[in-house]
This record gives sequence, structure tokens and C-alpha cells, in this order.
Amino acid sequence: MPPALAAVNDFVVKFANVNGSGSASANELFARSILRMGVPVSPRNIFPSNIQGLPTWYEVRVTEKGYLGRRGGVDMMVAMNPQTWAQDVKEIEPGGYLFYDSTKPMPSSMFREDINIVGVPLTAITNATYADARQRQLFKNIIYVGALSILLDIDETKIQGLFGEQFKGKEKLIDSNVKALQLGRDWVTRHIDPDTVKLKVRPSNNVGNRIFVEGNNAAALGAVYGGATVCAWYPITPSSSLAEAFQSHCKRLRHDKETGKAKYAIVQAEDELASIGMVIGAGWNGARAFTSTSGPGISLMTEFIGLASFAEVPAVLVNVQRGGPSTGMPTRTQQSDLLSCAYASNGDTKHVLLFPEDPKECFDFTAEALDLADRLQTPVFVMTDLDIGMNHRLCEPFQWDESRQLDRGKVMTAEDLEAGKTFGRYLDVDGDGIPYRTYPGTHPTKGSYFTRGTTKDEYARYSEEGAVYVRNMERLQKKFLTAAKIAPQPLRYSSPKPTKHGVIYFGSTSPAMAEALDHLEADGNHVNALRVRSFPFSTAVEDFIHEHDKVFIVEQNRDAQLRTMLMADFTLDARKLIPVLHYDGTPITARFIAGDIANKLDQMKVVPFEKAAS
Amino acid sequence: MTYIAKPKLHHPSLVKNKAGYTRRDYEGAVSTLCAGCGHDSISAAIIQACYELDILPHQVAKLSGIGCSSKAPTYFVGASHGFNTVHGRMPSVMTGANLANKDLIYMGVSGDGDSASIGLGQFAHVMRRGVNMTYIVMNNGVYGLTKGQFSATADKGSISKKGVANSDESIDLVSLAILMGATFVGRSFSGDKHQLVPLIKAAMAHKGAAFLDVISPCVAFNNHAGSTKSYEYVREHNEALNRLDFIESREEITTRYDPGTTTTVQQHDGSFLRLRKLGEEYDASDKVAAMKRVQEGLAAGEVVTGLLYLDPTPKDLHHNLNTVDAPLNTLDTADLCPGSGVLDRINASLR
Repeated sequence: MPPALAAVNDFVVKFANVNGSGSASANELFARSILRMGVPVSPRNIFPSNIQGLPTWYEVRVTEKGYLGRRGGVDMMVAMNPQTWAQDVKEIEPGGYLFYDSTKPMPSSMFREDINIVGVPLTAITNATYADARQRQLFKNIIYVGALSILLDIDETKIQGLFGEQFKGKEKLIDSNVKALQLGRDWVTRHIDPDTVKLKVRPSNNVGNRIFVEGNNAAALGAVYGGATVCAWYPITPSSSLAEAFQSHCKRLRHDKETGKAKYAIVQAEDELASIGMVIGAGWNGARAFTSTSGPGISLMTEFIGLASFAEVPAVLVNVQRGGPSTGMPTRTQQSDLLSCAYASNGDTKHVLLFPEDPKECFDFTAEALDLADRLQTPVFVMTDLDIGMNHRLCEPFQWDESRQLDRGKVMTAEDLEAGKTFGRYLDVDGDGIPYRTYPGTHPTKGSYFTRGTTKDEYARYSEEGAVYVRNMERLQKKFLTAAKIAPQPLRYSSPKPTKHGVIYFGSTSPAMAEALDHLEADGNHVNALRVRSFPFSTAVEDFIHEHDKVFIVEQNRDAQLRTMLMADFTLDARKLIPVLHYDGTPITARFIAGDIANKLDQMKVVPFEKAAS
Repeated sequence: MTYIAKPKLHHPSLVKNKAGYTRRDYEGAVSTLCAGCGHDSISAAIIQACYELDILPHQVAKLSGIGCSSKAPTYFVGASHGFNTVHGRMPSVMTGANLANKDLIYMGVSGDGDSASIGLGQFAHVMRRGVNMTYIVMNNGVYGLTKGQFSATADKGSISKKGVANSDESIDLVSLAILMGATFVGRSFSGDKHQLVPLIKAAMAHKGAAFLDVISPCVAFNNHAGSTKSYEYVREHNEALNRLDFIESREEITTRYDPGTTTTVQQHDGSFLRLRKLGEEYDASDKVAAMKRVQEGLAAGEVVTGLLYLDPTPKDLHHNLNTVDAPLNTLDTADLCPGSGVLDRINASLR
């Protein structure tokens, strides 16, 4: 028997449940109570594409240091699902803990010799207290939270405080939950030595003023602050909660105080084609509009994305990526839609992509995307994923500059037209590739034009003349270069020691990367890092690559999609860019990144011939 | 398509409407469709309708899909914005445009391939959402731009120019529009301007989903013997149920008809529609009867025309979404952005 794992504020607890059993809110309660003790946590839902009866897991990483990526490995398994028992037990680290419902005796073959077993007769306690089947099911979850709170030293008052907030004004519910919590606590106090489990939570002060929020919720709020008035969407995992959050934010924040009328329009469309069609129609007509979807939705929208790009109509698409291709892994995470979004459409087409790292940036970038789409008159993609979108993540609080105005880009008004300003819808007046537009209905005699997906000249007149076509395509390319300058710029993190090794990463890889960099540094592997935040790439990305001999590109897809895009945009030596790829549908971990990079660095070490021979 | 501009000079004697525009101000570029194409007659009827309605030309937004019919918006109301979208998807773009600015007049122009074949789904959904629009299908039963393939509205048994009989059932867009919840549904014939112009005017005044199926013969590919969408066939089989007079609310009703021969309906915008009976009793406000009569006509090989169904007090998409009176595209930062104080409270609730 290896020594029992001992740790304070640094361990992973995983709950194995059956979905539809009400476990989700109890597990979240567990995570939040630790957070309230000032200790950062990073929870992740691992759920099936199903409503009731299939296995679901909730993994909570308790992390004093604030490492919010998935760690990998499980220190304590709360095994509440007989269906996945064997797999769950296997996953526990040697010396770790198995917490289970010991109501029915189990043969020793069901356990492992090298782990610590903690049995609490949850069903027996529940059945002795509650007659109603639903109550038994729900309160069993609270009872195990109570039991764990004793074993792990979680402050009871924090849990009670959370009950008070959740069931505000419903005293009966508060009382019944507190009672269930107490049942678990009492049983453990009477029957188990609290030192059995050496994983402990101690009050700390490392949460600060950070907030705990899901990326989809944050992106929806960003759409409110960014001035979106039209949202058209079609339900698809893992993006549905984004449009629903937009609806609930708008209900609170966007109704006229006097008339009660809505300053927004949300349409659940018949499919993704119609969703993006509505967004484009609204954008064409001067309203800020967005849709939220996932990979298969992007596939369907592709024709329309080409139209919006070529006709130069603003549109914002939030793509909460999941595992592909096709239906793929609807409830697992990946960063595998970069190519399908960046180059969506027939013909030579490129689109602007933004890569938020967490909910804070989901908020920032969605608001920013609405400005960028108007400024660039083109579709802008916010490339989030299931890991950020559907998990609560600790992040910096949202901020809004009170003086900030919605930037509607180059729009000619009736006054401009009346003053005799030349209007050519596709005329590059300012040399940045971005033309001026007019909204329909602007002026009785001036400024009207025909919008189309066919080639046209600077004055929006249909033309298939080669020279006209080339001029337009070159202007669009120029506009794309403008985008690289005004989109969020990459962020650089330098190693304290000079090094010729670099790493490029983006999006939800961020927290795992931050931790991996610490591991690498501690092991003497010095690496400079660059977080790419948008496509087209800033020249700073090219500079970073040129500064290093080897650059690792960390991605959550099989085909090294970001690397492909870098190769397409810059003149680079392919051997220099080394892919580090994780794509099994689970969020990437620091252990994986640091391990893979360290291995690759080892392999690269050139052993002098004499040494090798001796 | 649009490169042939019309001279802007107008004859000084042209009569101006109440908005101060002549009929020619509602024209567009010179049509590049085939000589004799029914679509050009429909464009002319739209121009006439807009002129007579005293609409400010720039207050119209024209949207279309892909195909011969979808080229038509270039040929009318040149002072307005137009959007040639993608094949079969104009309805969604029009829905979005309408959401952005409820104050414009939305004219959707589509064809039978665009609406009944590739775009049937969006056609159905735009009707059931009650988008305030006039949706005109220039229906010739054939793909013109790709040279003569059957579309989904081609009647079963009709013969193509190459001599092939259509073995598929045809889709009747009028029946579908009524079923899907359109609140103004009519059918007409491009060769019958007297019937068509008032129908377009009434449809444009209608504050809901208005659909007009206009049979519009294709002189190049579907005007031969054996076609059921030819000029000759439609003239012979046209079964007009009523004649419509569109009377704006401010106009005095001057023409008198014998009692019992007309029905007058007031639309939500105040305009009056006077329906003159042509033979049989027909109540356009009875949805079930309308569907029955249209189906009887189809079974008998008739082209039933006229105002077929009308709900004079529709509730459009904006009503259902309870949107503010100001167009959404006019709302600014102060209207839309809740500000940093609210954000601080939201942050506090997330700790």
C-alpha cells in the first residue's frame, strides 16, 4: 500500500454520477463552497449527449496556485454510478481515495489494494429519512456533499451561505437542504476518523475579486454590451446555452423601462442556414447581429458565410467548438474548426477569427467582434469551445469602459450624401481596403446600391471583367491585412532565461499552458510563449517564429490546423514548427503539454559523436 | 445584369404622384431578360403599384434569391437598396433585414425554383413567422437560367420543351402559404395587369406576410403546347374569383357598384380593399374555404386567381417579439449598452 495521498488545497476530486439524477447542482455546490473559502477551483463537466440515465462526471480541481487547466489524474473518486464503477476505480491515483455508497456490502475484488476506501451508507441514510423517491435521489447528493465536507474540512457555513443565496425567500428549501447536509456530516463524524482522508481544504485568499462563470454566459453578455440587437440561432450542443443566456440577459437588461418593449429580437430559426441568413439580413440593414453555433452548424452556414464575405456584410458567429468531424463528439471539446471557419466558402476566401482563452475574453471578444464586423464589414468568428463555454471558470471580472461607443465603422449618412461625398460601395477611399456603405433607406435619390454575391465593380455594378474581379479581390486582401492590425494582438510570455525555443498556443489551452510553462521552467526547459488571439495573424507572430530555432504549436486537433494556417500565411521552414497535439475530446492538460515538449526537446538534443561512441 | 443604365432625363410633362415622383422614378435598370418574359410585366406592375401608392422609392428594400426572377429587382425601384442573396435563402435574409428596420417596405422576389425547390423550407418558415413583407413568386414552372429543367411547380404531366413529361407532383405555393399562416395570399397572371397591380398594392399595404403567386410564362423554355404555364394555357384556364380595387384610406370611394356585388374590407393600415365578385360566391376571409377552392381548382386544371385569402388584422413578427417602436438599427450605445455599474453588479453575483 503506497502512502495515502496528502495535500492541502491541491488535489482533484471526481464525481461519477448518472445524468438526470440531480447531481450537477450538488457537485457545483461542492466546488463553490471551496471557492468561498478563498481557494481557486476549476470544475469540468464531462457529460454524454443524453438527457437521462447515462454516465456523467464532474471533475473538481482544487488549486491553491490557481492552475485552472485540467490536471489529469484523480485523487479522490466519488463513485456514485455502478455502471462505470470499474473504470472509475481504475482511474484513481495510487494512494488516492475511493468514496462510495456502502449500503450494500461489496466483494473485495471490486476495490483496489493501493487506494483508500471510504464507505458511507448513503442509500441507507437517505431511505431512513425520506419516503419520497425524488427526495431520496436529490438529497442523497446533498448528503454526500455533507460527508465530504467533514472529510475534506470544507467550511459548513460556506455551504449554508450558498443554500441561502440559491433558495432566497424559500426558507423551507433552505432548511431541508441544511438538514440533508447535516445528515452526511453527522454520520461521518460518528463513524469515520477525519484523518482518514489527508486531502484538506484550508481557508486561503487566492480567489481575489475573480468571478466564476461559464464562457457561453459570458459571450452572451458580451453580445449585450457589444450592442447586438438581432440574434438568430438553432439549438446545437455545446452552444445552445449561449443564445439562451442572451435571451435571459436581454430580459433583464434590454427592455424599455416605460413601454416594457424589447430592444432586441431573438429568433430560433428552422436551421443554421436560416440563422446565418437572418444575421446577414440584419447586418446588411444596419443592426448588429450574431449567431451561436458549433462545427456542424458552420458546415451548413458555409455558403452564406461566403456571401457575407464577398458582399461585405457584417456578421458575428460564435463557434463553441466540439469534437468533429460530422456529428463527431457533441459533448467533448476540441479546437478543430479553425480551417473550416478561416476558409469557409468556395473560392478564395479568408475570415477573421478571434480566440478567447476564458470567459472574460469570451465577453471581451464577443463585444469586440461586433465592432470588428462593422468596421471590417465581414463575418467575424469568436472561436470558443466546450471547455470554456460550458464549464464554470474562475476569471478576471468583466470590465466596461463607460466612455466606449459602439463603433459602426464606415457608414455614409444622408448628410454625407447630401454634401456631395462620392459614394462607391466597393471603392477603397482610405487605402485600407474598407469601403463605405449606406444602410437601406438612407436617402431618396443617392446612395442606393445592389448587394450581390456576384462580382461587381467599385460602384456595385455587376461585372465579370477579369480586371474588375482582380481589383476587387486585391482590395479584399488589403482589407484582410487591415484586420490583422486591428484584431486582438498576440500576447508574449518570456522565459526568465534566454532561449531559442518557443511555443505558440491559443484559446482554451491557455490555463494548461501557463501551468506547463512553470513545469518546463522548473525542469530547466526554458521556453518563450506566444498566445495567438486572432487570425489573420499579426506580424508579431511571424517575428516570434523567426526569433526561435524551434517553435512548438500546441493545439487540440489532429491535423495541426493553426500550424497549417501559419504555414499558409508566412514563409516558414516547416521543420521548425513542431506540432503538440491533443485531440481525444478531453481538455488538454499541463502534464501532457509539458511531457510532450520535454520529450521532444530530449530527442532534439544532439549528442556529440565522441560522447555517443564512448 | 445591371450595367445598362437608363437615361435619367425625364420628360417634364410626366405626372408626379403625391410623394413628388413620376412613374419613371420607380423604374430600375434596363431589363436583360428575354423579350416577352412575364417577369418584365410583373416588374412593370410593381413599378405601377409603387407609383400609385406614393411610396418614397428609397423606403423599399428589395430582396431576391438566385435565378431569372431574382434578377428582376434590378429592373424596378432603382433608388432603393437591393440584395441578391443566395439560392433559395432570400426569406431568411429578408427576415433579418425586417428585424433590423421595421419601417421599410420589404419586397421579396423569387421564382418557383428558388422558392418551391431549393428554398421550400425557408419559404414555409417566413410565412409562419408573419414577416411583414410582400413576397412575389414569378412562377414559370421552369429553370430559365440553366435552360429549361422542370421546377417543383411544374404540373404533373406537363411537357417540357424537349418533350419530356413531368412525373412528379407539383407544389402549389398558394396552398402552402395559406397553410403556413400567410395572412394575405393571392394569385395572378403576368399578362393581367388590371388584376395584378391592385393585388400588389394591397399586398404592400398589408402589415403581415403577403404572398403573391404570379404565373409568368417563360417565352424561351416553357411557352409551348403541353406546358401548363404558357401564355395560351393560362389565358384559357384562368379562373378569376374576384377583382380587387385598392383604396387608400384618405381617398373617397367614388365608383358605385350594384349592392351585393362587392365586399369591402379594411386593412390594419387603414386602406380599403373592395372585392368585386366575378360569378360565384367567394369569401376570401374564410381560410378553410379558400384552401378548398384552391384545391378544387387544381383538380380541375384551373388557374384560380384573385385575392384568395385575407386576414385583415394580422400580427407580424415584430408584434410577436414585442420590439420597441424605433427600428432596431437606430438604437445607439445609450439604448443598448447597460454600462459599467450594471456590470459591477453582475460581477458581484458571480462570486
